[in-house]
Amino acid sequence: MTHIPNELSALKSTIIDMWSLVNSQMVKSRYALEHFDKDLVGEIANNEKRVDAYELKLNMDCEHILALYNPVANDLRLVLSALKTNYNLERVGDYAYNIACLVKDLEHPIDPECMTEMGISEMYDTALKMLTNTLTAFEKEDSNLAREVFRKDELLDKIKNRSNRVAADLILKKPQEAINILSLLSVVRKLERVGDQTKNMAEELIFYLEAKVLRHGQKG
Amino acid sequence: MPDYKVEVKNLDLFYGDFQALKKINFTAEPNTVTAFIGPSGCGKSTLLRMFNRMNDLIDGVHFTGEVYIDGNDIFAKNIDVDNLRKTVGMVFQKPNPFPKSIFENVAYGLRVNGVSDKHFIEKKVIDSIKKAALWDEVKDKLKKSAMELSGGQQQRLCIARALAVEPALILMDEPASALDPISTGKIEDLIFELKNQYSIIIVTHNMQQAGRVSDYTAFFYMGELVEWNKTKTIFTSPDDIRTQNYITGRFG
Repeated sequence: MTHIPNELSALKSTIIDMWSLVNSQMVKSRYALEHFDKDLVGEIANNEKRVDAYELKLNMDCEHILALYNPVANDLRLVLSALKTNYNLERVGDYAYNIACLVKDLEHPIDPECMTEMGISEMYDTALKMLTNTLTAFEKEDSNLAREVFRKDELLDKIKNRSNRVAADLILKKPQEAINILSLLSVVRKLERVGDQTKNMAEELIFYLEAKVLRHGQKG
Repeated sequence: MPDYKVEVKNLDLFYGDFQALKKINFTAEPNTVTAFIGPSGCGKSTLLRMFNRMNDLIDGVHFTGEVYIDGNDIFAKNIDVDNLRKTVGMVFQKPNPFPKSIFENVAYGLRVNGVSDKHFIEKKVIDSIKKAALWDEVKDKLKKSAMELSGGQQQRLCIARALAVEPALILMDEPASALDPISTGKIEDLIFELKNQYSIIIVTHNMQQAGRVSDYTAFFYMGELVEWNKTKTIFTSPDDIRTQNYITGRFG
């Protein structure tokens, strides 16, 4: 038996740790936004540095495994997908941090009706569900579970596609909320991107488990 | 021209009661390198030895099935085995130069095949040494003993010896396993060059070497040809879990 199973197992553990941290960053960004909690923004900013540190560590771990163990087949696919998943997770971490920065700049709490009309809660629910489902799929190596996120991503796209019109109507209705509504529009775009990054991670998982490439609409 | 340089059909081979090869079906196209991989005792060297009928020399070997080289059944009654071995060159794990001069090592095959034209022999020897990427290192000492060469040079000399008789197929049984990385690199470069003119089948235990030098890889396990495909496919997404477990070092 070679050392490579241990190395790959450690790599998976690091990804799971990073994933859990990114999930909690997303949950905290939601809380900060919904509760106008500027104190939480500082915590999210500190944790963002930990996300970046995970990214560097994972990159280095993958580089070492490739250089020292010459992985092939499913081992190679795991390392390649880990590299991309690492990038995707770091991006999701950035979006959570960016949303927190938006909260920091708000002058007053966001009007609950605007939040509802823009579909923020629905988007957060969906994006977080996608993230946790894909993480579970990664932990259990379950490609069917990974495939479930694709449909959820469509809902995020749908909300984002109608968001300009909804925002315009809200600004006409509540001009005093215009700045906050524009911030929410930015949040919608970020959450839609979280969905895209999570979908990419699900595709990477399927590539690792089934050697099928689903990117750019390819049917695996 | 037949489509395949080598074609094996339904080959079962036994050493006495022990079945060493089980229903092997395999083809190798011209100008390709095929790597045979698998744990020790899986049958890959046994199959390799079928192609120049070296198994004929082992007591108790019997088989059913057919083996064709360039479309000719090499076990047909009218086949001249000496001629077959001339057309199927073999390079072994350990370099095995004869205790003769460098020149005579390469000329040997021509001489035993009845060639006596001095000029022809000289030209052929030089060509073969050049093809084996050894010329620059030995051109000034062709009369010196081959035993004075390094292991890597000796192995390339053995390849030159095989090339001199213009083989249709070159078999290599772990040709670089006894060599340092530099010499191994030279042998691998040579294999890459030679496939423009020859078909090569190489047995190797070095997975990275199989990946580097071969177009196709065949994985053998317990006498069975488990999987055989383009090397890129075998080393990225093999079909059979046994192949995956072997190439990733999980067993064997």
